[in-house]
This record gives sequence, C-alpha cells and structure tokens, in this order.
Amino acid sequence: MALSDYLIFSAILFSISVAGIFLNRKNVIIILMSIELMLLAVNTNFIAFSYYLGDVAGQVFVFFILTVAAAEAAIGLAILIVLFRNKRTIDVEELDSLNG
Amino acid sequence: MSFEIPDVMPALPEIFILSMACIILVVDLFLSKTSRGASYMLSQATLIIAVLITVATFSEASVLSFSDTFVRDGIADVLKIAVYIATFMVFLYAKDYLKDRGLFKGEFYTLGLFAVLGMMILISAHNFLTIYLGLELLSLSLYAMVALHRDSIQASEAAMKYFVLGAIASGMLLYGMSMIYGITGSLDLAVISANAANVSDNIVLIFGIVFLLIGVAFKLGAVPFHMWVPDVYQGAPTAVTIFIGSAPKLAAFAMLMRLLMDGLGSVSAQWQDILILLVLLSLAVGNIVAIAQVNIKRMLAYSTISHIGFLMLGVVAGTEEGVSASMFYAITYTLMSLGGFAMIILLSRKGFEAEKLADFKGLNQRSPWYAFLMLILMFSMAGVPPFLGFWAKLSVLSAVISVDLVWLAVASVIFSIIGAFYYLRVIKIMYFDKAESSEPIHCSKDMSLLISVNAFAVLLIGLFPGGLLSLCLNVVSAS
Amino acid sequence: MFEDMQTVYIWIVLAPLIGAIIAGLFGKVVGRTGAHIAAIAGVAIAFILSLYVFKDIVIDGAQAFNGAVYTWLVSDGVRFEVGFLIDSLSAMMMVVVTFVSLMVHIYTIGYMKDDDGYQRFFSYIALFTFSMLMLVMSNNFLQLFFGWEAVGLVSYLLIGFWYKKPTAIYANLKAFLVNRVGDFGFLLGIAAVLMYFGSLDYATVFNNVDKVNNLTMSIIPNQDWSVITVICILLFIGAMGKSAQIPLHVWLPDSMEGPTPISALIHAATMVTAGIYMVARMSPLFELSTTALSFVMVIGATTALFMGMLGLVQNDIKRVIAYSTLSQLGYMTVALGASAYGAAVFHLMTHAFFKALLFLGAGAVIIAMHHEQDMRKMGGLRKYLPITWFTSMIGSLALIGTPGFAGFFSKDSIIEAVGHSTIPGASYAYFAVLAGVFITALYSFRLYFMVFHGKERMDEHTRSHLHEPSWVVTLPLILLAIPSVVIGYLYVDSMAFGNFFGDAIFVLPQHDVLGEVAKMFAGASSIAWAMMLHSVFTLPFWLAASGVATAWFLYMKRPDIPAVIQQRFSLIYTILINKYGFDRFNEIVFAGGSRAIGKICWRYFDVKLIDTFVINGSAKTVGWVSLILRRMQTGYLYTYAFAMIVGLCGLLLIFVYPLK
Repeated sequence: MALSDYLIFSAILFSISVAGIFLNRKNVIIILMSIELMLLAVNTNFIAFSYYLGDVAGQVFVFFILTVAAAEAAIGLAILIVLFRNKRTIDVEELDSLNG
Repeated sequence: MSFEIPDVMPALPEIFILSMACIILVVDLFLSKTSRGASYMLSQATLIIAVLITVATFSEASVLSFSDTFVRDGIADVLKIAVYIATFMVFLYAKDYLKDRGLFKGEFYTLGLFAVLGMMILISAHNFLTIYLGLELLSLSLYAMVALHRDSIQASEAAMKYFVLGAIASGMLLYGMSMIYGITGSLDLAVISANAANVSDNIVLIFGIVFLLIGVAFKLGAVPFHMWVPDVYQGAPTAVTIFIGSAPKLAAFAMLMRLLMDGLGSVSAQWQDILILLVLLSLAVGNIVAIAQVNIKRMLAYSTISHIGFLMLGVVAGTEEGVSASMFYAITYTLMSLGGFAMIILLSRKGFEAEKLADFKGLNQRSPWYAFLMLILMFSMAGVPPFLGFWAKLSVLSAVISVDLVWLAVASVIFSIIGAFYYLRVIKIMYFDKAESSEPIHCSKDMSLLISVNAFAVLLIGLFPGGLLSLCLNVVSAS
Repeated sequence: MFEDMQTVYIWIVLAPLIGAIIAGLFGKVVGRTGAHIAAIAGVAIAFILSLYVFKDIVIDGAQAFNGAVYTWLVSDGVRFEVGFLIDSLSAMMMVVVTFVSLMVHIYTIGYMKDDDGYQRFFSYIALFTFSMLMLVMSNNFLQLFFGWEAVGLVSYLLIGFWYKKPTAIYANLKAFLVNRVGDFGFLLGIAAVLMYFGSLDYATVFNNVDKVNNLTMSIIPNQDWSVITVICILLFIGAMGKSAQIPLHVWLPDSMEGPTPISALIHAATMVTAGIYMVARMSPLFELSTTALSFVMVIGATTALFMGMLGLVQNDIKRVIAYSTLSQLGYMTVALGASAYGAAVFHLMTHAFFKALLFLGAGAVIIAMHHEQDMRKMGGLRKYLPITWFTSMIGSLALIGTPGFAGFFSKDSIIEAVGHSTIPGASYAYFAVLAGVFITALYSFRLYFMVFHGKERMDEHTRSHLHEPSWVVTLPLILLAIPSVVIGYLYVDSMAFGNFFGDAIFVLPQHDVLGEVAKMFAGASSIAWAMMLHSVFTLPFWLAASGVATAWFLYMKRPDIPAVIQQRFSLIYTILINKYGFDRFNEIVFAGGSRAIGKICWRYFDVKLIDTFVINGSAKTVGWVSLILRRMQTGYLYTYAFAMIVGLCGLLLIFVYPLK
C-alpha cells in the first residue's frame, strides 16, 4: 500500500471523530470515545510516516501518545463521575449553566 | 548502540520540582486535617528553592541535553523564574479562599506543582515529543484542579468542557505534528527548521502548520479556539482561575515561541498570515464581548483573550525584538492578571463569591486602599501610561511597526481603545457608584501585603521598565 | 540672583507639586486654610520664578536652555529623559500658565467655599499646574506625552468633581473616550517619530528633518505616503483631541459640568491650548508638509466658524463661553495652518487672559445667582455687580477684537495672515475667519446684554440676595482685566511680527505670511498703532461692529424678534440647537442600524443591561455587537467544538486551498 492510502485512512478516522464530537448531542461518553479515535488517527499517521521515512522516532512517539491517552481517559472519566454525581445526568445538552 | 548518561544538570530544577511534588504527595497522606498547612509551607518552600536553583545556574548560553529533546537557555530560565513566582503568589492568594470553602487539601498543591513541572518542560522543550508531554502534564493537572470543588455543579461542568475541548485541541496539535514529521522527517525542532526551508511551499507542511497552530491557539485561548476560556474562568473556583489565568500563559507563550521560532522559523512567511488572522479575531472578540459581561471573572476571561491577541502580535513580527516584546508582554500580563483575580478573592468571603461587577460597587467607600490598587491594575490592563501594561503594548506595537505592518498596529490600537471602555467601567463602578454592602473587607496580613506589592510592582515597573525590557531582549538575542 | 538657572526650572515645577501633595494627602491635617495656603504658595512661587525666567530669557536675551535633568532609562540606545527646553516660547507659556493658575487659585477660595471637596479641589488644580508646566517645559516627546496625559487625567478628575451629578459622570466619560482617540493618534505619531528619527529629543529630531524629509511609508500596501505628512497628521490628531477641534470637539461643551474655576483654567486658558502649543513647537516638522498644514487649516476654519454659530443659540451662560472657546481655538488652529505660528501663540496668550476673565466673570454671576446658569433668568445685573459687569465688558470687548484691546491685535494678525496664505484651503479659511468675526461679536454681546442689561428676569428671592462676591473673587477679575487690555498692544510688534520667538519657531521663507503682513505696515514706527489706524478701513472692524449692533437690536431694542427668527428659521435653529447633530450622529449612525435589527434580538436579552452598561452612543454599536457575539457563546459543548472545527476549516480554506 502506498503512503497516501494510510494518510487518507487516518484522515477519514480523524473526520469521523470530529463529526462524532459535534454531531453527538446526547452522551458525553461518546465524546470521550471520539477523542480516543482522534488519537488513533494520529497514531496511524505517525506509524505510516515512520515506516516510510525509515525513522523509528515516530513509533516511539506513538507509545507516548498511547500512554498519555490512558492517563487522559482516566482523568476524563473521573470528571465524568463528578459531573454525574452533581447533575444526575451526562447529557451534553444539560451542560449549559455557563454561557455568554 | 551504546547508551550515554545524559547531562542532568540543565534539568536540575525540573528534577527538584518532580521530587518535591512526589514527597509532598506522600507527606500529605500522613497529615491530619489540622496540620494541612504543612503541605502549603512545603510547596512554597519548594518554589522558593526552585527560584534559587534557577537563579544560581542562570546563564544566557543555551545547552541541549537528553538527546537534544531538552534545552536550557536564558529565555527558559527567565520564564521558569516567572512561573515559580507566579505560582508562589497563586498559592498565597488561594490559601484563605480554599480554607473557607473546605478545599484546603494537599491535592491542590501537588497538582499545582505537577502543572508547574509541565510548564517547565514546555518551556524547555526542543522536540515535538517534549512539547507534547509538557503540554499534557500541564493540561491534565489543570483539568483536575478545575474539578477540585467536587460538589459544585459549575466547576464540574467547566472541567468537563475544558477537558473535552482540550483533548480535541491536543488531538489537532498531534495531527499537525505528524504531518510536519512526515514532511521534514524529524521531531527535533532544529532539524525541522533546517529541513522545512527546503519544502516551504509544500501543501502538507502548510496543512501541518494550520493544525499545529490550532493546538497552540487553544492553549493560549485565541479566537476562534477561545470558547473554553470564559466558561472555565467562571466555573472554576477562583483560586484555580487565578492559577489558570497566570502562569500557564507564560508556558503557552514558550510553546508558541518554541514551535514557531525554533521549529518553523525558517518558514515564517507560511505562518505569519495565520497568526495575523488569529490576532485580529482575538483582539476584536475579546475586547468587544468583554463589554457585555456582568460577571467580572468572565470579563477578565475576555480581557485575557484580547491580551493574548497583543501577546501574539510580537511573534507575528518574527524578529528578536518582537519575540522579546511578546515575552515582556507575557510576564507583565501574568503580573496584572494575578492582581486582578486576587482582588476578586479578596472581596469574596465564606459563602459569598464576589463574581459580579456589581460587587465592586462603591469599593472606594469600603476601602480606598484596595480601590486604589484595583485602579492601578485596571489602568495598566487598559494600557494607560505610565503603567506597566502601556510599555507592554508599546513594545509589541513598535516591533510590528518595524516590520512594516503599520495597518496591523493601527487596528490593534483601535481595538484596545474599545477595550479601554470596560476597564474604565470597573473604575467608574468602584468610585462613583454607591456601595451595596458596607461590610468591611477582611483578609489576612500576608495576602494584603502581597496584593499591595503586586499592584505597586505594576506601577513601579511601569515607571522603570528598562531593566525587565532589556533582560527580555538580552536572553532572546542570546539564544 | 540665581547662579544656576537649572535649579530655578526644577523649583518651578516642584513648587506646585509640593502644594498639591500637601493639599491632597494631608488635607485633613492642614485643614481648609492650610490646603489653600499650600497650593497658592506653590503656584505663586512658580509664577514669580517664571517671571524671573521670562526676564532672563526674553528681556535680557539669555541663551535658551536645553538639557536633561534626570535620565529615566536608556533602551536600545534611545534615552528617555526628564529634560527642559526653556526658550522664549516656553518662557511665555510658563508665565501665562502660572499667572492664570494663580488667579484661579485665589478665585477658588471664594467659589468653592461651601464645598465639601475643598482640599481635594486645591490639590487637583495645583497638580494640574504641575502637569501643564511639565508639558510646556519639556524638551522631548516622552515628557510631553506624560504632561499631556497628566493634564488630561486631572481634567477628567475635575470634570467629574461633582461625581454625584450623573451629567458630570457622563461628561467625564465622554471626555475620556474622545481624548483616547486623540491620544492614540498622538502616540502613534510619537512612535513614528521614534522609528524614523531614532530619538525623542526635540533638538535631535529637528536637526534631522532633512534626512526624513523625502522618505515615504506605505500604510496601506502600494500606497506611498510622505513620512513627515503622516507624522504631522498623527500628531495633529492628538492636538485635535486636546484642543477640541471638529470632530473631536464634543467633549468640551459637556465638560462645563465641572466647577467654573476649572472651566476657566483648564477648558479655556491652558490645557485646551496644549494642542496649539504642541503644533507651534513642532513647526520645523509641520513646515515641511503642505498637506498637513492644509489639513490643519481646514479643520481649524471649520471649528472657528461653525462652533461659533452654536454659541448663538445656547442659553447656559457657561456653554456660550465654551462654544466661544471652541471657536477661538479654531482661530489659533487656522493660524497654525497658515504657518503664522507667532500669531497663533500670540492669540493663545491674549485668549488665555480674556477667556479666563470671561469664565471667572460668569462664575461670579453664577455665585451671585445661587448657581443659576440660565441667561433667560438673568438681566440687568449691571447695577448689582458693578465690578463683574465692568470686567466682563472688558473681556467681551477684547474677545470681539475692539481696536486697542488684546484680542484685536492677535485676531487681526491671524485674519491678515490667513488672507496672505496661498496653500490649498486658504480662501475657505479666510472666509470662515471673517464670518467668524461677526458671529463672535453677536454671541458675545448677546450674552453681555442678556446678563447685564435689559429687564431683570430673576425671581424676587434671588434679586433680594444679589450682591458682589467677596474680594477673593473680584481681585482675580481685575488682575485679569489688565492684561486683557494692554498685553496685545505691548507684544504685537515682537510676538506676531517681530523676532520674539527666535529659533523656537521655524517658518519656511515661502510660507512666511506674517512677514508679508508686516510689509504692509513697513515704515510705521509701531505696528500696533499702524494696525489700529488701519483697522477702521478693514472688513473685520465693521463686521464686529455690526455684530454688536445686531446683538443690541435683537436683545435690547426688540427682544421679541429672536423668538420670531427662531420660528421662521426653525430648521436652522433646530440644526444649531442640536449642535449639527454631532451627538445625535454618534447615536443614530453608530447605533441606528443596531436599533432596527436590534428589535428582533431585543427580547433575548435584558434591555436594561444595555442601558445600564452601554452608556455612550457610539459605544452602543459596540455593545450590540458584543451581545450578539455573546449569544454565540451558548454554553453547549458541541457549539464550542463546532466553532473550533469552523476555525479549522476556515484556516484550511484560506491558507491551504489556494496552494492547490
């Protein structure tokens, strides 16, 4: 497969995740999933480039991204729990007390 | 392949902060509720010692370490010292506020120190990887700090928004990094700069730059990636807002400078126009929307957005003069915003948040001294000479004019005239409106002293800006 | 007497500052008497020392002083210094400023005697004197700007002195905002000077004008503008704000909300003339740009004529004088545009005396009338207030340019000079200043007749209490009346036509209109006498006379006619009473569009919010945009994410798409 195939694939992944974030108006968890997807798109990019450049640094970067993504998910879910305890809902449309 | 032990000396302050953060984390576990002050004292001591370490090892020469992923130069040292001092002030300002609201916990200080560590790494980054790691360390700590007040609906909502938008922004930043990595074949900023010059017109490079800039713009809070700023400023406990609104701006400036000047300096023509657009939007939206605010935390949030516009203006110029002007702006802005938020903390008390502009009504009758301090801060933010904010604006404007972008300078000036209005309104409210409550203002001695020192620093450095200006210029031209 | 003149200069500025500090910070300790003694002593010392400097520089012809007294900071090789440039121009300004200020200080004892803010007021006016002296004595742009901002600041403080009056606060805010516009122009001008000359020192800048003369800059890409022209126009925009020239004049009439002594000191005699002084000081720059001079002249002429006309329909005694000030400032500006800097500064000086006199006279009337300012409720005050009446008459005669009085010499020099000018716009300006003479005479004597003559229209209670105010009020009137009569005769030869200013003012030979005028009187031993003899054969004299006659006819002989005129020419009257709609214009044009669309959006947000917070007309538009933008901050996460995506797509579209 050519490099561009991977790039297009990751671009599609990226677009799906972006669409998932702002089209979804119901569940915050779907947003968290979309964020993971976005990072995977990035990882695909890095690995593809790394392979074609013959440079291992890109793949090392991916390991770091995966680690940080785990920490990020942990914090995200923690905030989600706090939010749920306070509001008894995780509906995106209910998150509007701060505006203007 | 042999493994070399890297030179750890340049990273001494980072190592120290990391160790202390871990120690405080553990020590705090064994503290009873009543002796919580120990964590606070320990954190403050850590920051003071960090200042001493950085000052002792200060030099203008730049040193690379850790396989060139880490750089220690004059800019980094100055910015780090500013970060320590700002954080020290934040911790002091926040103490009573946290105590009154049952938030006086070790978490605030450990998270704060980890955020400081993240900022330091960001400031010293010389590789996409270190930039990313520093940024995430900073951001993750901040997300958690915003949600620190677990029973507050507003705080948890703000944290959620901050987290989601922040994650999207770092996703975009990474996407941009991957593109630039692909076209230049390296993650090292210096190599990227050298290689990018050969492919300056390549569409992939521009594509990457756009994504990269979005990541930075989000961190800075530049329009149209600013939506989180007012909500987070308002929703977070004021003790956290004052932190978010101060030190991280220095780190965000460092990130902007490292990425654009160190990493993409050779293709500045490609990002200059994007930055100009962001500057104009930030100045316009920040200044205009601030006028309609009734919540002073939100107003200061929009004011931040407009200041960020000015801050980026120096980098737009792309010259040494411009970068040093931006650096000066970042430091002065941090000082002013610390004072501004400290005033809000000062007027708040147990069970009452002085968030409304109306809460400042007739402050002059309640306490002429604090009203005067606020007057200094507001005049400075509005850019009235001879206060500090004026020199900051003047230096970025002269940097922009010297690269023949006179129209941009004129536009910036027009927006800052509009902006002067809402700062002036605060002064009007303090001096000419009738106070709604006659309750005297109580605060601890150390806070009262620090807030006076803070405001007078704004005035005095404004009267004698030469030292700080030349310091910024020296470290920028040395690196 | 003094070994070292530098010490004298320093004490001239420090004395009022010390007075201000004592009156302001220790007002409670020293009490009312202590406060006014401190402030008056400070200003009196400054006045006496200024006289000494005047004698040294002007009469003994000592060398001009130019030097730094304190170096503030050195950055990039540019030195920021506190320094003094004392030549005949600044020496004259120092005497005028300190003299008028001293008179106003004494007068204030009487005017403010019942006010709670007595010490505060003295502290402010002494501080003002300090700032104004810093401004005129400066030898560099930065200190000039400092003085410029400082006088502005004190002026805002004083306009809003009675901060419990909502109109005072509105006026205060308006003055601040309008002046910001001017200040930013000024600041950009200074920045441009720094950029092209690499120095902020007057002498260095003026010595290097040749190097910059032919440079151009492009503000809008592909459009080259002469650097000197841009600098001059930017600096002049600063002057327009401070000296209240159209269209930045709107703040001055409203500033009359402040106490009368400051109207006399700040808004007539000194601060508002800072712009004129600045342009005269910058004559080496302005001379090189005919475009800038034309611009200056047209703005000045428009102000001189049209602002004078507004004085005709005002009924508030202070506002009439305020519009008269605007008009006279216009005269000075026209003179600057015609390169008759000497005449402009000369008029500045005579105007400072007689306008301060008129304002203080009006203040005396206001005290006597128990703070009634409506002229329709006055009349026949001549017999109750003889000193005020007499001195006000002198002031009015000086203002309209009666031969022999101070205003005659300065105004006639300006008119003659404009008549000889050949730069674009000169013929319009000549017409405007001529027509202005008639208007000036008409509104001045309308005021004079309505206040001091005719039927007594006040109520019985007020009439029974009418009496001349105490000596602290009348003494300054008398002392100001003297120079209003004689100063013109004494100095017209040297200031307007002679070599009074020496090197302080620079005029190109082809612009030397005053020299042309002087040729008319060649051969006469004294230009003053020649001018007086000649005046009877000139248009200005007869215009002024017919103005007085018209005023007499309309307001003494047939007081019923003005009402008829008002009815017949209701359109013109409406235009004038609405001040050409400048205020309305700000409200309607800047805010009108917003109102139309606003109705739809209005129900979404609290109307009161806007009324409360968005006070000024032009600010209304901004406020409206602000609220619309605010609506975009919905609070929903997906809106925020969407904004980011829109931002991303926008950037990609603008910057990546064209590469395809």
